[in-house]
Amino acid sequence: MFDAIVGFLYQFGDASAFLVLCASGLAIIFGMMGVINLAHGEFIMAGAYMTVTVAKLGAPLPLAIVCGALFAGLIGILLERFVIRHLYGRPLDTIVATWGISLIASQGTLILLGPSLADISTPLGSVQIGSLSYSVYRFVLMATAAAILAGLYLLFNFTRFGVLARATIQVPHMAEALGVNTRFIYSLTFGIGAALAGATGGLYAPTMTLVPTMGAQFITEAFVTVVTGGGDVFVGTAPAGVILGFIRAAMTTWEGQLAGQIGLLIAVIIVIRVLPRGISGLILRERT
Amino acid sequence: MGRRSFFLRLASRLEGPQTLGRGWRFWVGAAVVLALASAYPLVTDSYTVGNTVYFFNWVFMALGLCVIWGYGGALSFGQTAFFGIAGYAYGVITLNWGADYGLTLWATLAAVALSAIVAAVLGYFLFFGRISGVFLGIVTLAVTLVLERFMAQTAGPEWHIGAARLNGFNGMNGMPNLTVPWPGDNDPLVLAPDLPLYYFVLALLVIIYLALRILVNSSFGNVLVAIRENSERATMLGYDVRKYQLAAFVIGSSLAGLSGVLYTTWGQYITPSSMGITAAALPIVWVAVGGRSDLTATLLGTILLIGGFQALTVYGSQYALVVMGLLLVVTVLLAPEGLILALAYLPQRVFRRGARDPA
Repeated sequence: MFDAIVGFLYQFGDASAFLVLCASGLAIIFGMMGVINLAHGEFIMAGAYMTVTVAKLGAPLPLAIVCGALFAGLIGILLERFVIRHLYGRPLDTIVATWGISLIASQGTLILLGPSLADISTPLGSVQIGSLSYSVYRFVLMATAAAILAGLYLLFNFTRFGVLARATIQVPHMAEALGVNTRFIYSLTFGIGAALAGATGGLYAPTMTLVPTMGAQFITEAFVTVVTGGGDVFVGTAPAGVILGFIRAAMTTWEGQLAGQIGLLIAVIIVIRVLPRGISGLILRERT
Repeated sequence: MGRRSFFLRLASRLEGPQTLGRGWRFWVGAAVVLALASAYPLVTDSYTVGNTVYFFNWVFMALGLCVIWGYGGALSFGQTAFFGIAGYAYGVITLNWGADYGLTLWATLAAVALSAIVAAVLGYFLFFGRISGVFLGIVTLAVTLVLERFMAQTAGPEWHIGAARLNGFNGMNGMPNLTVPWPGDNDPLVLAPDLPLYYFVLALLVIIYLALRILVNSSFGNVLVAIRENSERATMLGYDVRKYQLAAFVIGSSLAGLSGVLYTTWGQYITPSSMGITAAALPIVWVAVGGRSDLTATLLGTILLIGGFQALTVYGSQYALVVMGLLLVVTVLLAPEGLILALAYLPQRVFRRGARDPA
């Protein structure tokens, strides 16, 4: 019984951490600019590839993950500058363009780097709780997810960038009139979102096989979490990640991995029927 | 009298505000193209004929997406889901009951109907939940990807429907060709991917193309375009936006299903990867690059792009896909209405500068 409970909590924490990590970058870009970045999975892939490359050169894993995040963030800023910037106010065109970019990125990686990259092993070993053993690295991932949410909260609420960014979200032209360089804010936000995706890739790189199409394994979950959560990272993505993580862990324990995914999908289809603007739409109703 | 005027009314809708091409020049041109297409198999070899049918198979899905996205303004990324559902349904029905007595035609209808039903259920949740543009794309894509993953893990022998094994990642194979009852000696006529299937699919393409022209120029099509342009205004004018968009979604998804069945009968196989993210991106590329807001532009663009794609695949499909991705980005940035439409409007723009606002 104790084992079953701990096992379920572990699954639940793991699933929630995964959902929060892979969705937060997407959610920031979406919440800020209304842009859905279909190349999100490829940012994750870029971060993972960079992390593994740096780690193989002998750098410690945390440093390698930071490199992966920075690399993805840099690509994000360049992409914003050369493509996304021209498409503001045309959300459907943006989603189509980012899909084109996603095709170029995944197939281009296949051409340049081949069908797979030799991966690195999962660090930190395992720990025994009750009669079952659990991977310590997974606990690190859970803590990191919480830390990233906390960090984003601090960034958006207690820094000058955060204030300017929130002003830009609320009334862009007013912020502009008050001297905020909104283009720069958008550019930076896109970079932060991309860097978060890169960090996610780096964090999960030791736990999975690296292939050019690995992004596709993340985006379904990322989309589902963002759709359920709505436009706000803190009152949307975070609770959505926890709730969906619970559903996924329960379904996975009951029927297996795929049932977890199908459960997520059915949950999200029902949620959008009831709450078209997601959880944050429900919570922020008084404010809008 | 009543009947005749009904057909005249239908015929008059073949051209109208929602379609490019009108007047006798256009129709003579169309007739010439059709005549050339009909004569083409006589001057080429059987492999090329089969290959051209393969091109035609996809056009139905593209036309369907054109209705949903170009005319209805609702961007669905999940058309390959309906393609796959219909393809698998055709396989399950024909592998269980065989191909005699024109059953394959009924199987085609049933498979298309199944994809229409799935589209109606999914569409109900989406449109009646008032899902806005971007979310619609994401949810349809998520559904497609999960369906692909589901089909890919059905490798074990426990995954079967009647006599039809689903076969996981390798997909189903061994489905029969379409057969039609035929008077005379060669009854039934087997529509192998050669002359018979070519003429069958070509005829189907002409019928669907003309029917869609009538549809988009009818009051239904006009309301659909009104919703695309300004859905709030359409609501205020008393139209139930949700019903129109749902109807367009079901029609477009049925056409994707038709493509799925034709593809399955053409190659006698269907795999989960025909629904996956790369496959799902291609219809978007065809429709966006050709020109999503016009049926003719979509038709031409799709055939040209599939031809180009296949020519590039000689070097490897990854190169072809990179080119498709580039085309998509360039189109969105430089000619958002589509390359073919941009070319079609070019003379107008040059001679009447400033008269027409592209936005």
